[in-house]
Amino acid sequence: MSTAHDTTPSTARARLRMERKPRLLRLVAEGEWTTRDAAALDAQLHALQLGDAPDAEIDGMGLDRIDSAGAWLLVRTKRDWEARGKRVAPIALPEIYGPLLHAVEHEHTAPPVVIHDRHTLRAFVERVGRATIHGMQQGIGILGYIGRVTVETTEAIYHPRGNLRVAALIHQIEETGLNALPIVGLLAFLIGIVLAYQGADQLKRFGAEIFTINLLGVGLLRELGGLVTAIIVAGRSGSAFTAQIGTMRVNEEIDAMQTIGINTVDALVLPRILGLVVALPLLTFYADIMGLMGGAFMCYFDLGFTIPVFMRQLQEAITVNTFMVGMIKAPVFAFIIGLVGCFEGLQVERNAASVGRLTTRSVVESIFLVIVLDAGFSILFSIIGI
Amino acid sequence: MAGGRESEAVIRVRGLVNAFGDQVLHDHLDLDVYRGEVLGVVGGSGTGKSVLLRSIIGLNEIRSGTIEVFGRNTAHLSDAEMREIEMRWGVLFQEGALFSSQTIAENIQVPLREYLNMSQELMNEIASMKLSLVGLPENAAPKHPSELSGGMKKRAGLARALALDPEIVFLDEPTAGLDPISANMFDELVKDLQKSLNLTVFMVTHDLDTLRATTDRIAVLVDRHIVVGTMDELRRNPHPWIQEYFSGPRGRAAA
Repeated sequence: MSTAHDTTPSTARARLRMERKPRLLRLVAEGEWTTRDAAALDAQLHALQLGDAPDAEIDGMGLDRIDSAGAWLLVRTKRDWEARGKRVAPIALPEIYGPLLHAVEHEHTAPPVVIHDRHTLRAFVERVGRATIHGMQQGIGILGYIGRVTVETTEAIYHPRGNLRVAALIHQIEETGLNALPIVGLLAFLIGIVLAYQGADQLKRFGAEIFTINLLGVGLLRELGGLVTAIIVAGRSGSAFTAQIGTMRVNEEIDAMQTIGINTVDALVLPRILGLVVALPLLTFYADIMGLMGGAFMCYFDLGFTIPVFMRQLQEAITVNTFMVGMIKAPVFAFIIGLVGCFEGLQVERNAASVGRLTTRSVVESIFLVIVLDAGFSILFSIIGI
Repeated sequence: MAGGRESEAVIRVRGLVNAFGDQVLHDHLDLDVYRGEVLGVVGGSGTGKSVLLRSIIGLNEIRSGTIEVFGRNTAHLSDAEMREIEMRWGVLFQEGALFSSQTIAENIQVPLREYLNMSQELMNEIASMKLSLVGLPENAAPKHPSELSGGMKKRAGLARALALDPEIVFLDEPTAGLDPISANMFDELVKDLQKSLNLTVFMVTHDLDTLRATTDRIAVLVDRHIVVGTMDELRRNPHPWIQEYFSGPRGRAAA
């Protein structure tokens, strides 16, 4: 038994062959050892039987081409054999690949990278923990921010030292109020229609279709008008606040303002929050009217109630209190939407991806808080009996 | 791949016209990039250096002209043929363009995972090897791009560009925004990798030191055309912009 060969039927491009002598193990690499065939070569190298020859050689002189992945496979094989106690001669490669072999063999000693699987139970628990802590920090952060904005707002109102930017304020009222009229009006009108239709459908069974108007009046004025408007505005303006302020953070505009000595709360946050506090009640009122118009429209076509009938029944159904209960919530919603929008905008880090992430978060948080507050108001009103 | 074929043009641009609206950036521009060379592309702001690069790699629709890469006209290739070519080049974008949701190691493995059916183990070994090649420490692997400095991001971007062992590497202002020491190190890195991996490098840059240290030839974009030569040849070129560029105070300092 002098020489044993085991040639593996490799891909046409990359070939490897083992030559076994009693004292020498020889790996002969031929063809093109490139990244493309690295997977196949890797499998073949793993399947090699080493035998007990004390010496080993890796011969790549017959290679047509080799790249860094191919070179790594040779280097790895050499290191592996050495670890198993063989004396391995230096890898033989054509001269032009000297620099490549040097780079891979001598400058690379790090272990393989470790990729953490994100789909394990442990990772899930870790994420939950992280999210919980983050949520708590977020809550504390917003609380602190509410404090700061409240102080600055009160100061701006009681000691107007010219830090209330009127032009910016009016611009915000236009942007968040006037420009939202079409969408808010249309949606409120449609909700009026839906509410009237569903109400009429149920109440007809009792012959009480006239009370559709009560349902409309109370439902829209107390709850839906304000809630729907707040949700639209949270999606429309709250997100815009975060995106605008966030983009300014990415561009370092906020930092520039601070170095010039401009108070960012005065310049960016107050006009937005106060603008929204002015605009949202107006929008809510407008939504109430549009919703009632939608309801009246449906009542006329579905139930045949004329406008005078509708008006008379509406007058009996609602009081000023009903209207005020809806309206009083609007500035509070506005404050929360503006606050969250600006707060999240200022949380943006200096990369574009975080603008998108925080904008999404701002909308979700402000809608969440609006609904929570609305429920809180309901409980409060039921306690004080309005 | 071996030496002795220096005259083979791996990129051949003929009659390239690029224009945005009325503004013509490239007016029938010709350019050859030879295998194994480092070509630097310079030009004033707005002369279309990056547009030229993006035209060659197919990210920018050209108005007319032909672009051949590895002897194939890229306009006439099917998607599958284009993928074949894309596997043979790597691109380093200006800010690295690393995928922000993935770690550096995962970023490097993206091309491997996309094109080749490799075991995760082998991909981990290769990612580690590429990190060593571009001179990043092993503790950079599990980090996200946002946790790295500008210079490290560029190295990581280069490691991703090199993942498939491409024949051509496109570098868009690789040393912009780096401090002089990091820039020098990056120059050395490009030179070393070019030598050890026998790369063809197409490099858009403004950095005169980089040009002097790494490039074999320099292509200057002036007057919507291109002038190619070695640094010494260009110094003798009478065109006022080229004179100003290479013989101005910074140009002399880099000599």
